[in-house]
Amino acid sequence: MGFNPLLFKSMPLYRAHKKCVQCGIVKSALRFASQEASESAREKLQKIRNAALIGGGQSRIEAQHKKGKLTARERLRILCDSGTFTEYDMFVEHNCIDFGMQTKKFPGDSVVTGHGFINGRLVYVFSQDFTVFGGSLSSVHAEKICKIMDRALTSRAPVIGLNDSGGARIQEGVDSLAGYADIFQRNVLASGVIPQISVIMGPCAGGAVYSPAITDFTFMVEDSSYLFITGPEVIKAVTNETITQEELGGAKTHTSLSGVAHNSFSNDIDAILNIRELMTFLPQSSYEAPLARVCLDSWDRDVPTLDSIVPPDPSEPYDMMDVIANIIDERDFYEISPKYAQNIITGFARINGCPVGIVGNQPKVAAGCLDINASVKAARFVRFCDAFNLPIITLVDVPGFLPGLAQEHNGIIRHGAKLLYAYAEATVPKITVITRKAYGGAYDVMASKHLRGDANYAWPTAEIAVMGAKGAVAILFKGHPDVAAQERQYIDKFSSPIPAAKRGFIDDIIEPRTTRRRIAEDLLLLSSKHLKNPPKKHGNIPL
Amino acid sequence: MVKYHQVVLLFSHIGKNCCVPHGPSAKKLFTNQLRRISGIQQHDTIYFKDPIDSSEKHFHKILISNRGEIACRVIKTAKKMGIKTVAVYSTADSNSLHVKMADEAVCIGPPAAKESYLDTEKILKAVEDTGAQAVHPGYGFLSENSQFVAELEKRNIVFIGPSAKAIVGMGDKLESKRLAMAAGVNTIPGFDGVIKDADHCVSISRDVGYPVMIKASAGGGGKGMRIAYNDNDAREGFKLSSQEAASSFGDDRMLVEKFIDTPRHIEIQVLADKHGNTIYLNERECSIQRRNQKVIEEAPSIFLDAATRAKMGEQAVSLCKRLGYYSAGTVEFLVDSQKQFYFLEMNTRLQVEHPITESITGIDLVHQMIRVAEGYSLKHTQSDIEIRGWSIESRVYAEDPYKNFGLPSIGRLYKYIEPTHIPGVRCDSGVEEGSAISVYYDPMICKLVCSGPTRQDAIATSLAALDSYVIRGVTHNIPLLRDILTEDNFTSGNISTNYLPQTYPKGFTGRTLSVRDEKKLTALAAAIFVKKELRSYDLVSGKLMHPPPTKWTLVVMYQDKEIDVEVELVGDKIKVYINDETLEVKNSFNLASPLIQSEIDTEPLTSQFVSKTPAGHIHLIFEGSDYKIRVLTKDASELAALLPKKQKSNVSKTLLAPMPGIVKSVTCQVGDKVYEGQELCIIEAMKMQNSLPATQDAVVKTINIKAGDQVAESEILIEFQ
Repeated sequence: MGFNPLLFKSMPLYRAHKKCVQCGIVKSALRFASQEASESAREKLQKIRNAALIGGGQSRIEAQHKKGKLTARERLRILCDSGTFTEYDMFVEHNCIDFGMQTKKFPGDSVVTGHGFINGRLVYVFSQDFTVFGGSLSSVHAEKICKIMDRALTSRAPVIGLNDSGGARIQEGVDSLAGYADIFQRNVLASGVIPQISVIMGPCAGGAVYSPAITDFTFMVEDSSYLFITGPEVIKAVTNETITQEELGGAKTHTSLSGVAHNSFSNDIDAILNIRELMTFLPQSSYEAPLARVCLDSWDRDVPTLDSIVPPDPSEPYDMMDVIANIIDERDFYEISPKYAQNIITGFARINGCPVGIVGNQPKVAAGCLDINASVKAARFVRFCDAFNLPIITLVDVPGFLPGLAQEHNGIIRHGAKLLYAYAEATVPKITVITRKAYGGAYDVMASKHLRGDANYAWPTAEIAVMGAKGAVAILFKGHPDVAAQERQYIDKFSSPIPAAKRGFIDDIIEPRTTRRRIAEDLLLLSSKHLKNPPKKHGNIPL
Repeated sequence: MVKYHQVVLLFSHIGKNCCVPHGPSAKKLFTNQLRRISGIQQHDTIYFKDPIDSSEKHFHKILISNRGEIACRVIKTAKKMGIKTVAVYSTADSNSLHVKMADEAVCIGPPAAKESYLDTEKILKAVEDTGAQAVHPGYGFLSENSQFVAELEKRNIVFIGPSAKAIVGMGDKLESKRLAMAAGVNTIPGFDGVIKDADHCVSISRDVGYPVMIKASAGGGGKGMRIAYNDNDAREGFKLSSQEAASSFGDDRMLVEKFIDTPRHIEIQVLADKHGNTIYLNERECSIQRRNQKVIEEAPSIFLDAATRAKMGEQAVSLCKRLGYYSAGTVEFLVDSQKQFYFLEMNTRLQVEHPITESITGIDLVHQMIRVAEGYSLKHTQSDIEIRGWSIESRVYAEDPYKNFGLPSIGRLYKYIEPTHIPGVRCDSGVEEGSAISVYYDPMICKLVCSGPTRQDAIATSLAALDSYVIRGVTHNIPLLRDILTEDNFTSGNISTNYLPQTYPKGFTGRTLSVRDEKKLTALAAAIFVKKELRSYDLVSGKLMHPPPTKWTLVVMYQDKEIDVEVELVGDKIKVYINDETLEVKNSFNLASPLIQSEIDTEPLTSQFVSKTPAGHIHLIFEGSDYKIRVLTKDASELAALLPKKQKSNVSKTLLAPMPGIVKSVTCQVGDKVYEGQELCIIEAMKMQNSLPATQDAVVKTINIKAGDQVAESEILIEFQ
């Protein structure tokens, strides 16, 4: 008598692994149970699961696709390593009984939550389901999100939120508002402990916007996502201004004009793949260092290209991105806020396999000066790096703070102070290279020796002075018959890194081609850096 | 030889004593130095017939009134002869290789050639200031400027080239044709007078009979040259060519001659001394041209038989003798299918493509030019000159070959590795890693000269060299060069000056991959994707909660193809399953290196890895051509298929700059109704004037440029309603 597969198949006790069509997740596990009675329970269970998986139904899923959006579960399927997403609270239902809501229930309600792995590392995720009540936030929706946030905070793993929600569940009234606040509170408590990432993949309006605003990074999808406090209709009614959704709070507006979003991507898939990449630069929490990868791009190579990037004429612009690309591993730069305040560059990279944060003035845009937007952009980035143990590499070519009435009246003083505060407060390794200009207060601000810079270098092309020669001479030698001669003298004296080096403000004047090697070596030396700020409840950054 | 050994010993000595910095970089530094020195050594073996005689007395110091690779080329030989060198440079070149190589360097002004390399006064002053005894002009710039030579002669400075008289005679095409006829050289029928204006050009063109060639009397190198098939062409051609001639040579005189169809461009290298000795160093075939500029040259020509070669050589020599010509020079001929040859022009300078002649004859032409200038007699007689092996020069340009066979591109060479490790490869270049290719000068990056015993060998070496030539930061024409070198008509030697338009009637659109190559490329892209994924698991420290995957289901997309593949990691192999086939990619490369040297199914593979993005875009160079490939997991690609395609913004309502350059003139006004093909503006880049026509009938809405503006590639120049 041989083995009879048919016999085996007909055994009611066995239920094989079943791969879910919607999300590709292996669900019901191999189980043995008693016969008839539980069979119906299992069927019931499966029915609920199936209902949860289909969310708001096939027609709403198709409508979602037509809008160029994937569904909540589809997004999670590619965000997490294949087959690693594990869902929580699939059976949760809303508890609203008003406005006929008691008959309209969807298992799981309008958000999918759980954990998964990105490149083998744990993340907690929530993904709002627009096909269920337009992704609106009910109290259980908020509770589900809070649950994973609590788990993330206690187990110290990042949270990624995929936002696609019409707003509050109006039928629930104040319960919904309470839900938002519960999330905000957790966002704030988790801030600086675990990385929190928001991806806006549909509407996100009203109070809902404040959760992404508190998280560390907010990304948007072009043409299908919007962020605003009040929509075009309300604006029209209140202020009589006419504006489209896209112009008011689309990806372009927030990545280039308001700076609310840190970058945008052309569709859901590009956005999610980019988030996966971002996660490789970040540690799991502030209790850990970011993971260093094996580096195949020799850290100690000379980079001759660096010798010729700074043009001989000091008034000629160049692209600081060229400097960055040639210092870091494999030219692999993950830029943050590439379209906003382009006079300063911020982003992540690796040097000798170790993730670092990079801040660089961009001489190509507005001469690389510091203005309000640039100060705020860089300050927030520096604080992120400091919170999450990422060494900060600062590349300086700054002619100063931007002069002007608008700047002064809008508070360049307090906004500029944010960057100063952020650098001064940071205790992570700080390595600074002055490639050309470092003038005035901006010299102090840009991670100078005086703000506890660990390694401060200058290229031979550096000019460290209170101001440019022309301005300085105009003040010092007002009415002098030979201003030109005085200017030459000033240039001789200050248009070089030597006076600063003589005072020890610069540790060394280095050949540009050796910059990569020097930074890599310093990162190694500073890997055991131990520096603590005085104990305090918290500082009072000039917000 | 002795020198080389000494150097090796010196380094091994240092190495043993451990008094050098440690680490891979330090090691690399030494290997680089060794390579450089061994390069010179290899250089010496190239000149197997031309040893430097240490008993001869030479100039103390010479100035090279040129830039780029030719300045470097001259400096190399001068150094070997024990001559000190002076470089001149514009501010754009202050950090360039020729300045670093020379013993002294003098800045001669701003980037524009007119104010620096073409400024006779400044160069004469540099000569005077540095005490140089002689000037080598290279090619281009002042190399065929008789006034400059006359000025030098006046000051008792030796010009390393022919006499002012010879330049006047040959530099002017009208005059040269008359002289050639008088010397018994075959010439092309045409009008040997100066053209007054466009109308005159048309009437003469009619007399000679279309097609005709309109060219600058003072020109060379294809600048200011156009072919006209009808009256309109003639009028337009005259206008553009004369403008180009004015800006390039400061001389807008034009001439018209009969245009010969399917001709080959074959030229004879001559060498003559001041004592009446003249020899010819055989031919170079330069038929592979685009817009009359050479792309690939070879020596010898596959087309010539010994008798024709001798006849051409003798005519060239006879012309030189009649002229009283000395120094190196080149007599260019057009050769028709019947091996009838016609005198085209004589170039009274060192040619760009001189290295291939050096390679087959073993003679260092720069060495001989300097000796001749010093008054020495030629060392060689005609019977000494042989043809040893085959040599092919591929001109590597910073040009986008997909646009009209090459539109200039600019940028910084952030990664640059010449394939000189391959035997038989010589690279004449004036750039190094970090050099910038600017709008101001010729966009040539390097002359890749590959030699071997036979033509096939030279082609094979060229292919290997192009595959491992790493150029990053500018668009370059290697895809085109690589494709020509494997094209059937080229490999069988069936070529003419019409080769490019005939072979690629729709322009160069990229290489057509064989089925096998397609699979290889797919497998390689999949392997790169997998390697990139796995790097996140390859950590120095820290632990992961999940093990790395070992199997992937992917979709590889390029050129409208979508190929499903399964990938599995087995030992040191990445197994890629495409349909029923399995390709094994050896996991022997890393993604930090620009060169991928691996094996697919044990066949060796050289490819280049340019870049990758988080969203799965992989840029590869495979057999010389660029491939922008996207690799997604099957999951992601299925989901991507659910999303509607985004529409690209309509750009047909705009005229974009096809290349970076300077606006020469704008020939339309706001509100004008323009017709398809009508010229709208002229952009000058690398001294070439490019007329930009309207692509459709439209009304001009806005003009964003004016004459003199510098524009970037893809900048919107003109918008239509």
